[in-house]
Amino acid sequence: MTVANISVSETPLVLYTLRRADDALILGHRLSEWCGHAPMLEEDMALANTGLDLLGQARELYSYAAKVEGRDNDEDKFAYLRDVRQYRNLLLLEQPNGDFARTMVRQFFYATFADLYWRAMMRSSDLTLAAIAAKSEKESAYHVRHSSEWIVRLGDGTEESHHRTQSAIDELWAFIGEMFAVDDSERGLIDAGIAVDPVALRPQWLKTVSSVVSEATLALPKSDWMQQGGRSGRHSEHLGHLLSELQSMQRTFPGATW
Amino acid sequence: MATPNIPLWEVFIRSRNGLAHKHVGSLHATDATLALQAARDIYTRRGEGLSIWVVPSNAITASDPSEKGMMFEPAESKIYRHPTFYDVPDEVGHM
Repeated sequence: MTVANISVSETPLVLYTLRRADDALILGHRLSEWCGHAPMLEEDMALANTGLDLLGQARELYSYAAKVEGRDNDEDKFAYLRDVRQYRNLLLLEQPNGDFARTMVRQFFYATFADLYWRAMMRSSDLTLAAIAAKSEKESAYHVRHSSEWIVRLGDGTEESHHRTQSAIDELWAFIGEMFAVDDSERGLIDAGIAVDPVALRPQWLKTVSSVVSEATLALPKSDWMQQGGRSGRHSEHLGHLLSELQSMQRTFPGATW
Repeated sequence: MATPNIPLWEVFIRSRNGLAHKHVGSLHATDATLALQAARDIYTRRGEGLSIWVVPSNAITASDPSEKGMMFEPAESKIYRHPTFYDVPDEVGHM
């Protein structure tokens, strides 16, 4: 049996909200993959907690996107019944967990961005987005602390942990540019005071990241070649595998509840 | 998920209405900062607390269970130490 993908009327506000929701869902799912596999029980819990924070953010954003779209889509349909090309998340967040260092670098890069982003979004003229941002910011502030403490310890730890963390930084660096990219659809919302202008956040992001990375005796790459595509549905091969797992139940037993 | 050579910490949480920090359990962490973070992630997930203490387990000096006769039994026969022999006037109300 095949289950058809939903269609989505991607007006600028729907698309904008879905992009943020997809970011949270995909990274949250990646973190959930650590459940039962983390290096120690304490981190197993910490990663699951973070994943649940992100899942909560995704649900609120999907619900709002559904309300704005005003058709019969809902949070579950957005999550379970869109294919790879319909997902709008950052490429960074769908990258595989790799080792613990790689997961922490991905988390650190994104959390540092997300925390600045939510803080700016608290001033959005869209009151729902502002309220979601206010709740999410407290969560992301802790994600920044948690991941940056690990970056310092891994970088300034053993030769092995230093090497692994530096490799992760080098490998994930090309996905950073996409966080700060703006397209025409988003430009209009920024001008209207609804969306956050990510370009304005870049100096502070770089400052925070540089300071932690240097305390960790690590280095940021000089390269400024950046990979893009996630925001318009052009993803790496990894997202398809992730979605096949995330969606398998609803695709196999459509509408199943328990 | 073995945690070899990682120090053990005791965790104390002060709940929303509680006056004192109460021992809630233990965890492994390499240093105090990570111990505090882990305590937050493990022991306050359901809104249990507003303040956390972590203490290195090896900083705690404990009584020896084999000495419990000498340590604690002498107190068991001293019922006069309990303040239960006073008549409390009704006007005092709940104490």
